[in-house]
Amino acid sequence: MELILALIALPLIAGLAMLAVRGNKLRAALLCAVVIPVGVASILLTAMDTPFTSSLVNLSGPAIHWSMFALEMLMGLFMAAVGVRYQRPLIYLLALSQVAILGWLEVNAHGAESAAGILYVDKLAVIMALINGAIGGGICLYALSYMKDYHEHDHKEVADRRPLFFALLLIFMGAMFGLVFSNNLSWLQFFWEITTLCSFLLIGYTQTPEAHKNALRALTMNLLGGLAFSLAILYLHRKNGPMDLQSLLASSKAIVLLPAALLAFAGITKAAQLPFSSWLLGAMVAPTPVSALLHSSTMVKAGVYMVLRLAPVLAGNSVGLIVAIIGSVTFVVGSLAATTQSDAKRVLAWSTIANLGLIVLCGGIGTPEAIWAGVLLIIFHALAKCLLFLCVGLVEHKTHSRDIDAMSGLVVRMPRVAILMLIGMAGMFLAPFGMLISKWAVLKAVIDQYPLLSVFIAFGGAATLYFWVKWMGKIVEVVGKPEPLRPELTWGQASILYGMAAATFATCMLFPLISWALVEPYLAELHLKSDLLSHGNLILVMLMMALILLFPLSFLYYGRGGTLSEPYLGGANVDAGPTFVGSAGVITTSATRGYYLHGILDERWLARCGEFACIALLALMILLAVTL
Amino acid sequence: MIPWLNILLYLLLAPVVGGLLSGLDRIISARMQSRQGPPILQPFYDVSKLWQKQTLVVRSSQNFFIVVFLAAVIFTGGLFFSGSDLLLVVFGMTLAAVFFIMGAFKGSSPFSFIGAQRELIQVMAYEPMILLAAIGMYMATRSFQVAEIAGAGDHAAKVAGHTLPLVFALPGIFLGLLYMLIIKFRKSPFDLSSSHHAHQELVRGATTEFSGRGLALIEIAHWYESVLFLGWVYLFFATLPVLGIAVALLVFVLIILVDNVFARLKWQAALKSAWLVTLLLGFGNIVVLSLLR
Repeated sequence: MELILALIALPLIAGLAMLAVRGNKLRAALLCAVVIPVGVASILLTAMDTPFTSSLVNLSGPAIHWSMFALEMLMGLFMAAVGVRYQRPLIYLLALSQVAILGWLEVNAHGAESAAGILYVDKLAVIMALINGAIGGGICLYALSYMKDYHEHDHKEVADRRPLFFALLLIFMGAMFGLVFSNNLSWLQFFWEITTLCSFLLIGYTQTPEAHKNALRALTMNLLGGLAFSLAILYLHRKNGPMDLQSLLASSKAIVLLPAALLAFAGITKAAQLPFSSWLLGAMVAPTPVSALLHSSTMVKAGVYMVLRLAPVLAGNSVGLIVAIIGSVTFVVGSLAATTQSDAKRVLAWSTIANLGLIVLCGGIGTPEAIWAGVLLIIFHALAKCLLFLCVGLVEHKTHSRDIDAMSGLVVRMPRVAILMLIGMAGMFLAPFGMLISKWAVLKAVIDQYPLLSVFIAFGGAATLYFWVKWMGKIVEVVGKPEPLRPELTWGQASILYGMAAATFATCMLFPLISWALVEPYLAELHLKSDLLSHGNLILVMLMMALILLFPLSFLYYGRGGTLSEPYLGGANVDAGPTFVGSAGVITTSATRGYYLHGILDERWLARCGEFACIALLALMILLAVTL
Repeated sequence: MIPWLNILLYLLLAPVVGGLLSGLDRIISARMQSRQGPPILQPFYDVSKLWQKQTLVVRSSQNFFIVVFLAAVIFTGGLFFSGSDLLLVVFGMTLAAVFFIMGAFKGSSPFSFIGAQRELIQVMAYEPMILLAAIGMYMATRSFQVAEIAGAGDHAAKVAGHTLPLVFALPGIFLGLLYMLIIKFRKSPFDLSSSHHAHQELVRGATTEFSGRGLALIEIAHWYESVLFLGWVYLFFATLPVLGIAVALLVFVLIILVDNVFARLKWQAALKSAWLVTLLLGFGNIVVLSLLR
């Protein structure tokens, strides 16, 4: 238990200390001194016997209680002040109403909280902590060299506020640990609000007008979720309901349906599901490590964590069904929207939103198979998406473009980064790698529970395939004789990226082990039993993987596959480039661009439709939860 | 024991049957156009000729994609004919298609690029329907195992004690699947990505930059694919094997007829119509099925 407390407290305290650190060397030393032990500890955590709860009495002591309350009030007032300063009435109204609710609860709440219930560690918390500690830690380390370049070379116009930046990263990390280990709802909300605040400050880091706008949008949407969270607590208090997550999940459904719906609402805002997807799309104005962090290990994962946590309450009722539909709609809209985009980061952002939709769908279904699939999706997605974001950041840094069509020939220009990206993309969608295994499980779970939802997965899956393969094709296509860009990777970047790629690869290969060691024990902790992938299918999947692994081996044979010739361009080729003598002797240059399905699909239109549908669904969900 | 025998039979016989079907395709097409057409063994002659020709490539690795493509097609067919999980078969087919498309992208000429893009659009067009077909079969038989689906037929509908073929429960899905087969076989009106007939804007599309052994492998993979897809058709009638084979052959002839009757459509039309068919026939069938049961 001391280890758990240390995991929460160490990044938080070090983060505050980071505010005072000015020197680059000292900052790097402090960051390593925090991130490396935290990462190791979060890995060690997987070996611990779970579940267990906190037994330390002083956690519920008045000192901690009052300081948390004071901090929460301060955060609320700060956000309200932000709203006043930027003249966003919605922000200060939301922030102030939350402050009012918390204040009212503080005055009216009687009886001490039980010490035993404050923290609770089970396998799901351990998995989330592992993602946060290992991947989040990797991103923090990567950010050291990235931000140095960012301020000293690429973006001299942006004010250098690195002390604040790294402080926020660490506080974010600590809050995420707190969030996954908290069982007491007030504690959970405390950390929930910290992540909202940190993401607001990080998105607005560059202080450009666009960054301000997008940061404020993120704040508004997440405050809405925060308000739903405090309403859930308020309701439970009024009804003398359980004030901690585990009792909430265990109690009779009638009392907890509305709070569960409100908490799911909060989770949906944080997981950037429709209609709240725009905050995550806007978040890419921030430096790349922030995008990687928001998309893979923290923030959005807090949202899906919340929905998956609630799965036992959501299973088999109308609130759960609506959550599942929102997830499916988001999956389809996100995937289709991604096919229309050529901006690499925007494609990644839509794909994150779509994949989170799948996880939310799993939470809404809530059967053991669905939970299994959802947890595995979280793991695979965190790794692959982090790798992809960092790689795209590097490509943008070197080529000054993040247009997918400009990535033609990347496999020659930046071979190592290109191969890392291909690994990440294969991990995102291709059979038999991780995500596909989970999608397979999602499909089976959906068909048994709500077969009609399978149509969403069918269409969304096809669109997913389209935009990833199109991108992969652009990377492997080589037109003319492009020159390699040197130096491609620094030593520090290479070690982080190779580590991520190795981890992506290892989780794909070893997913039965992960399932056996972490995910199935979690289901057992929930007293659920399920028959997952059958033994025979597992062997087939492994065979398929062996088939794919033949591909890299074929490079041993490289250059002996045939006689090299020039591509056919529609005339006599000139030089080695994409130039040819066309009809009437005119020298013509050929160029290719991907298809973005314009005229059939439109991003804005898709997003609008999805938003309207999901707003209606959310309203229906709350209505049903109130009346049932 | 039986699955292994099935796999062996598939490995050995599928290219023979597929090649013969391809020869038959050319004869029937020729007769529809009042021509004599080549001998039925012509596809085999073509492939053996290709095998002896010099293999020209634009990029050294492009043919490796094709080798993995062929391996994935064979593997997927093996899954199907050994009676394994139908969803895994769908994913395996997608995997194979992805490798073919990547090979075409690697070809790096504008024609090959356009072919790859269009092939990708075709995959996106037909994939939802194929997935829904697998789901429909599961809803009708409560199993994803091809062996059990083939043995089960339509449980709910029995006439005089006999189990009716699956097609009675899944008529919409059957028709929808036929539509997707035209796209999958790259037949007109959906021969968008690579066509047997010359088209100025496309040349040979996805296969433009393949020659010699690379092209031969693509042809062989196509034979395996034909057998696999007709296997899907057969599955709808699997309780009556003779009828199943007859329908599969009939479907094959029907596709050739469609190929010869229609002019090529744009990719927009392919995508829109395929998804509309999927929604109306495929999803409609699933809605009805879930209401009835």
